[in-house]
Amino acid sequence: MRNSMCFGLVKALMLMLLLASSMSFASIETYQFAQPEMAQRFNDLTTVLRCPKCQNQNLADSDSIIAKDLRAQVHNLLGQGQTNDQITDFMVQRYGDFILYDPPFKRSTLVMWLAPIGLLLIGLSVLWFLGRKPAAQAAMLTPDEQQQVNNLLDSDQQLDIHHD
Amino acid sequence: MAHQPQSTPPTGPATRQRLLLVLPMLLAFALGLFLYHGIGKDPNAMQSSLIGSQVPQFAGETLLAPITTVTQANLLGQPALVNVWATWCPTCRAEHEFLNQIASQEGVRIFGVNYHDQRASAQQWLLELGNPYVFSVFDPKGVVGIELGVVGAPETYLIDAQGKIIDKLTGELNERTWPPLRDQYLALQAGVDNAQ
Repeated sequence: MRNSMCFGLVKALMLMLLLASSMSFASIETYQFAQPEMAQRFNDLTTVLRCPKCQNQNLADSDSIIAKDLRAQVHNLLGQGQTNDQITDFMVQRYGDFILYDPPFKRSTLVMWLAPIGLLLIGLSVLWFLGRKPAAQAAMLTPDEQQQVNNLLDSDQQLDIHHD
Repeated sequence: MAHQPQSTPPTGPATRQRLLLVLPMLLAFALGLFLYHGIGKDPNAMQSSLIGSQVPQFAGETLLAPITTVTQANLLGQPALVNVWATWCPTCRAEHEFLNQIASQEGVRIFGVNYHDQRASAQQWLLELGNPYVFSVFDPKGVVGIELGVVGAPETYLIDAQGKIIDKLTGELNERTWPPLRDQYLALQAGVDNAQ
């Protein structure tokens, strides 16, 4: 009798632990949406918007205060019937292009967008120069130099004959 | 009979080859310079996109007098600092004495935004550490914060007499970070005095 009670207690404790652990993994807050389509847009937006505080996470992933606030703001703006573009503009207006994981191509982002292409071009030109090398060496002898080489070769032959 | 090895001046292609050898070194050096330039830069220090625009509209209670509602209009008239602070923020504690100092000794007008905080503990904090603020807007939900583009506390905005945001400092205000802001603040003040 007492044993079974103990067992029941242990079971209850284990259940509590299980629940507690699953709770800590669940998302931090839950939002209600008027239409299921809105929930999808909420997920899309919080994925492409970057958390301004913890810079390598998006809004959906981050636990920081500001990310939580901005998630609530996205939910709020969706509820007001704003389009994705309007919501993105709202964020950019306050937090700059930084908040976008896919920033627009303009002067301040020029280096970011063009650097990979530039590096690729450098790499390709290095490969091209390396590949070109033998041909370049062959073409390096001017007629004068060719004459010199011939002279040297000739004199060696003469020396050889002399020794023989 | 013996042939002297003839030393010829470097021809075109040979110099070009030598340059090619140096090129990777130059590139590596340039990359090194670029990366060295980035050392010690604060990745959190972002240019606020609101610099140059008006302080956004807001309405909120003051921290000390819940019945008093303040708006952006209450910030106007003189250049001022708007300091975002909270009791849970260690850096805010670190800079608080400095805020007291510039408020009392240099007469700098400072407004506070009490960000994501509890009223009682924030009031207690001002009692214990002193109050450098003309008033603090109580912003427990970070609504004013979002309008200002606040990322975290502390942040300090410099605004002119008309409420235009001139500059923003992310992080601690202290002897090292204040002088550049002070220069701008004094220039703004001089501008106001001249106009009067």
